[in-house]
Amino acid sequence: MVLKIANLAKRYAEGGEAVLKDVSFDMAAGETLALEGESGSGKSTLLHLVAGLDRVSGGRIEVDGADITGYSDAQSAQMRRRVVGLIFQQFNLIPSLTVESNIAFHARLADRHDAAWAAHLAQVIGLDAHLQKYPEALSGGQQQRVAIARALAARPRLLLADEPTGNLDETTADAVLKLMLETAAEASTALLMVTHSPRQAARMQRRLTLSHGRVHAASPARHVS
Amino acid sequence: MIRLGLSALLSHWRRNPWQFATLIAGLALATALWSGVQAINAEARASYDNAADVLSGGGLQQIRRADGAPLQVAEYAGLRRMGWQVSPVLEGALDVDGRTIRLTGIEPLTLPQAATGDTPAQPADPDNVLFAEGDVVFVHPDDAALFDGRAVTVRPDASRAPGIAVTDIATAERLLDTRDEITRLIVAPTQPLGVPALPPRYVMTAPGTRNDVARLTESFHLNLTAFGLLSFAVGIFIVYGAVGLAFEQRRGVFRTLRALGLPLRTLMGLLAVELGVFALIAGGVGVTLGYLIAAALLPDVAATLRGLYGADITGQLQLRPAWWLSGLGMALAGTAIAATAALIKLARLPLLSFNHPRAMSMHAAGAARWMAAVALGLFALGAAIAWGGQGLFAGFALLACLLIGAAFCLPLLLSSALLLAGRLHRSVLAEWFWADSRQQLPGLSMALMALLLAMAANIGVSTMVSSFRLTFTGYLDQRLASELYLTAQTFEEAQQLTAFVQSEGATVLPIIWQDLRIGGLPAEIYGIRDHVTYRENWPLLAAVPDVWDRVARGEGALINEQLARRNDLAPGDMLETGDRVLGVYGDYGNSAGQVVISDALFAQRYPEVQALRFGLRTEDAAHLSERLEARFDLTEDALINQSELKAFSLAVFERTFSVTAALNVLTLSVAGLALLIGLLTLASLRLPQLAPVWALGLTRRHLATLELARALCLAVVTGVLAVPLGLALAWVLLAVVNVEAFGWRLPMFLFPLDYLKLGALTLLAAFLAALWPAVRLARTPPDQLLRVFSNER
Amino acid sequence: MNVRSFLLCAFMALALPKVAAAQSFAGLGSDAEGFATPERGYVFQFPKDHGAHPAYRIEWWYLTANLQDAGGTAYGLQWTLFRSAMAPEERAGWDSPQLWLGHAAVTTPSAHFVAERRARGGIGQAGVMADPFKAWIDEWHMTGADMQQMRLTAAGDDFAYDMQLSAKGPLIFHGEDGYSQKSASGRASYYYSQPFFEITGTLTLPEGPVEVTGQAWLDREWASQPLGASQVSWDWFSMAFEGGTRLMGFTLRDSAGPDYTAATWIEPDGRTTAFPDGAFFAEPLAQSDVAGRRIPTRWRAVLPEKGVDVTVQAINPQAWMATSIPYWEGPVTLSGSHTGRGYLEMTGY
Repeated sequence: MVLKIANLAKRYAEGGEAVLKDVSFDMAAGETLALEGESGSGKSTLLHLVAGLDRVSGGRIEVDGADITGYSDAQSAQMRRRVVGLIFQQFNLIPSLTVESNIAFHARLADRHDAAWAAHLAQVIGLDAHLQKYPEALSGGQQQRVAIARALAARPRLLLADEPTGNLDETTADAVLKLMLETAAEASTALLMVTHSPRQAARMQRRLTLSHGRVHAASPARHVS
Repeated sequence: MIRLGLSALLSHWRRNPWQFATLIAGLALATALWSGVQAINAEARASYDNAADVLSGGGLQQIRRADGAPLQVAEYAGLRRMGWQVSPVLEGALDVDGRTIRLTGIEPLTLPQAATGDTPAQPADPDNVLFAEGDVVFVHPDDAALFDGRAVTVRPDASRAPGIAVTDIATAERLLDTRDEITRLIVAPTQPLGVPALPPRYVMTAPGTRNDVARLTESFHLNLTAFGLLSFAVGIFIVYGAVGLAFEQRRGVFRTLRALGLPLRTLMGLLAVELGVFALIAGGVGVTLGYLIAAALLPDVAATLRGLYGADITGQLQLRPAWWLSGLGMALAGTAIAATAALIKLARLPLLSFNHPRAMSMHAAGAARWMAAVALGLFALGAAIAWGGQGLFAGFALLACLLIGAAFCLPLLLSSALLLAGRLHRSVLAEWFWADSRQQLPGLSMALMALLLAMAANIGVSTMVSSFRLTFTGYLDQRLASELYLTAQTFEEAQQLTAFVQSEGATVLPIIWQDLRIGGLPAEIYGIRDHVTYRENWPLLAAVPDVWDRVARGEGALINEQLARRNDLAPGDMLETGDRVLGVYGDYGNSAGQVVISDALFAQRYPEVQALRFGLRTEDAAHLSERLEARFDLTEDALINQSELKAFSLAVFERTFSVTAALNVLTLSVAGLALLIGLLTLASLRLPQLAPVWALGLTRRHLATLELARALCLAVVTGVLAVPLGLALAWVLLAVVNVEAFGWRLPMFLFPLDYLKLGALTLLAAFLAALWPAVRLARTPPDQLLRVFSNER
Repeated sequence: MNVRSFLLCAFMALALPKVAAAQSFAGLGSDAEGFATPERGYVFQFPKDHGAHPAYRIEWWYLTANLQDAGGTAYGLQWTLFRSAMAPEERAGWDSPQLWLGHAAVTTPSAHFVAERRARGGIGQAGVMADPFKAWIDEWHMTGADMQQMRLTAAGDDFAYDMQLSAKGPLIFHGEDGYSQKSASGRASYYYSQPFFEITGTLTLPEGPVEVTGQAWLDREWASQPLGASQVSWDWFSMAFEGGTRLMGFTLRDSAGPDYTAATWIEPDGRTTAFPDGAFFAEPLAQSDVAGRRIPTRWRAVLPEKGVDVTVQAINPQAWMATSIPYWEGPVTLSGSHTGRGYLEMTGY
């Protein structure tokens, strides 16, 4: 299992309303999973917890076999470098670095830089002609492609994507998702994607829905917490 | 609409009180530094003016009897009835309980206005002395008790010099128990038409001999003025930063207000009024702070002046309009200059725009190149001024070109340095670190310019003051080579004194001179006795071989540096006096030209001039001065011990240094604050730039450490660049401004250890400025960082 | 007359508050304790009374002259010696309670030169001797065997003069044979004049020496407490009409009541008529900006009983005496019922 989540709970304020109450599910290596739900249902929070960007209030998360719930800031940071890749809705890129440096950045941080693989990814996302440009010179779709290339350049075990196409029009969004699924498969990376678009969710192997802090299997089956 | 707009603008400050505090503090500190320096300057100048008071006869000439006897009252009346406008002074020592107080009796009706200083309200006012009830004596409060039981009314007055009491001449006569005696007559600066010549039984003496040193202290003064100028420049930068912050943080509000239909003109008007009010508030706080700074430093300055003038000057600060108005003016003008730029930016701000950090820095790159071009123009202008300009104004203009030019160069230089550093490091974090530093540069360049100017100013002024000290002590060695200095009142006394001194086995070196004009300007010609004292101690800047032997043989003259510079003279040239120039010596005591010839030649040329002042060379100065004082009734300043004078002068400089050091720290603090404001301005803009790096696997603490390191790196580069600038500044002050102001060039010495200390101080300032923003970053809650990535922001 | 000078000294006292508060030197309107006071019926003794009277608080020798040069340009000249006592006695040395003040001025149509001297009594720097007559302060002096023929000198840093005075008529006495009343309540001074001096000599001005001739008027007056407390300022006129008659008139302005005026009509042979309060009056016609003040420099002066109704016009409106106690004093021309020249003094503006 690349990801095991058990009885996960999260509340932001002590004694406050829980955003996540009791969430459990697993993901196998290379699997793709869509996490759906209404605004405020806690899907982004769940993703952040898995990435070690925030701390759990209860329960347990194992990433690639390691329990990350007790990780210090530094251990979480190490885990993000080496095990997961991240794609957000916006502001993924480092504005002071060129496209090429952005793509290489994560892999180099993880000490796993492979120039050939990076060049291949750049070609795959269709931006090999724009490598010396700075992010602000790119369109939104291009920026998200660069983010995908960067996330996969380090060949992470698990790719976490938080509405990666949320800011894009439908055609561009479809293209970006297609690219993400193909390259993730090529890198044998599992993909956990938060989305509110059923169209996009339908292209994943599995779909889960979060509501009221609990997770339900999307139609037809129900995954019970 | 206006009320609505105003309340929207002001609500920002209610919600961000610390930002408001930063703005006010920035403005206030800049104002404080400026007005503090101004206050010290104004007080020093006022003290200079007041120092010329009745006790020393002001700058006025004195008349005494040629035979050294006291004048009789009838002689005074006789001179008056000849038309001589003179005023009698009766002086004497009063011994009370083992303490000696000097009593000065004046005649208020005839005392020249110029002798009373420029403060008519002071108790030295002639009418007050004359018409006060009973016999009134004005003394320093510490001395008041000395007059108990003497049937006088004592008026303690802290502005009087301790140890000296002033009273009416009739009272002085009674207290001193003299009859029909006058010590000296003060000569009014203007005399009526048709005054006959002074009868030969009287001698007229020049005002005090302290003027040499007094002129030297003008240099100290110039140093303070330069500091004032620099602190103004630093202040402008900080005000610019603070106003920029106030605008940057309210962009959203501006946009909303404009979108709601508030006309641009009204918005700008509102902001101008708001800033004007803030400037006044901050200016008021700043002036108060400046007053405190000046009050804290003034005792040292007063002590310095006391040392240099030998006259007691009050260490109390007065609220002189000159400096507190200039402080408020500085706050308003600085705000206006800074706000103009910000308002122009506001006018150009598109109604809809989105955050484009790289775009800003790319725009900034163009700006940096443009500023560098302006800087080159300024340097060229400065060079043209240095080459073709003349006068003090040209010196200061050169200074201004140099400083502003250097500040304008800074962004380009820093950006190049960072680019180079980025190329040298190939690790991924280093690459990002340098790239990100360059991106931050535009937002910090104002603050860094302030830091550059502050450190350069400190280096420049420290170099100047230290060079000044070395030169001055050297000068004292030269001019005060003799162990004792003796001044006689009359020729008869001079003969008795020198005969006695020679019988005691000491060498007498007469100091004899005559005023003359060379090239239409006042100069002095001295006759010196050929003695090892001069050969060993006088540093010659240029000379022919065997110069001392040739001077002693009467073959020519030595001249001082100012005469050589002014008249473009070098060894071998002929003087108007008919002497050939044999050498040029450094002279840091006055601005007048000097010519030195042998005493034999002098006696031949000016047989009527007789020496009244003498240098005494002796093995045992203390013993000789004891013997002299026991044998003769010498006045207070008739005998001066050189070693005491030197020790005293050095002590004076120590105080000067403490003032300089304090101003160093203050200037750097202000620059540090500018940096803090700059970093805080950037902090909110920085989150989108830092969040991705954090998400990719750097801890917040790590990021904060890098931020701190970044600020330090920028400070180091700035500090390194400040060293040559500071040295150039010192060079301009010493070699250009000083030459224009005083006619001599102070040699420049380097003090690397001092610069290291200043560098460390600069780093400390930068570290302290960057610390808080870094700590805030390390403690930023994750959800605040995460908000960057989602649309909910 | 010179009530003016009375007040001058009064101002001196006011300008020095400690004095007024403490020592016996007080305002002219204040207490005369210890000092002698003028009495009706006093018989003057000359030459003794030309000299100083230390028992009285204040005294002066006050000379003004209307001059002209060969080209007809008009000049004014002033020479004044004031004595002011802090105690009714004289002592030798610095302790002397007698203070002396000298004012000298030359007025041209376009310039006004002023000098001031101050001295303490008791040391010979200033004083007045009656026989032979000598009044001096520093090198300034008015000297002669008697008051008939005298030499007069003074100098400032930008002017000087050296003049000869020759009396062409008798002394004249104001009020009741020299007892001159100054207020309705009876305060008074001793007051006589020599208005018949012919004067010749040399003025030394920045442009060079100028030979001048003209007529001079000397006032002698002494008292201890001549003015009422509320009499604060005055306007004083001396007029020499063509044909040889002369008129002295003054207005004492009172802050608390009506003004007090007096006048003396002087025939060419020296016979006098004294006029009581109200007979003479003067009103300002035009003012000038002088030393930052508004000062009337054209007047109407009227003495109906003698048919006098003249316009008094200052030759140089800027004749401001910038001395310790400043006032206006300068030559005037007269036109209207009578023509002639004279001097005007104004204080308290």
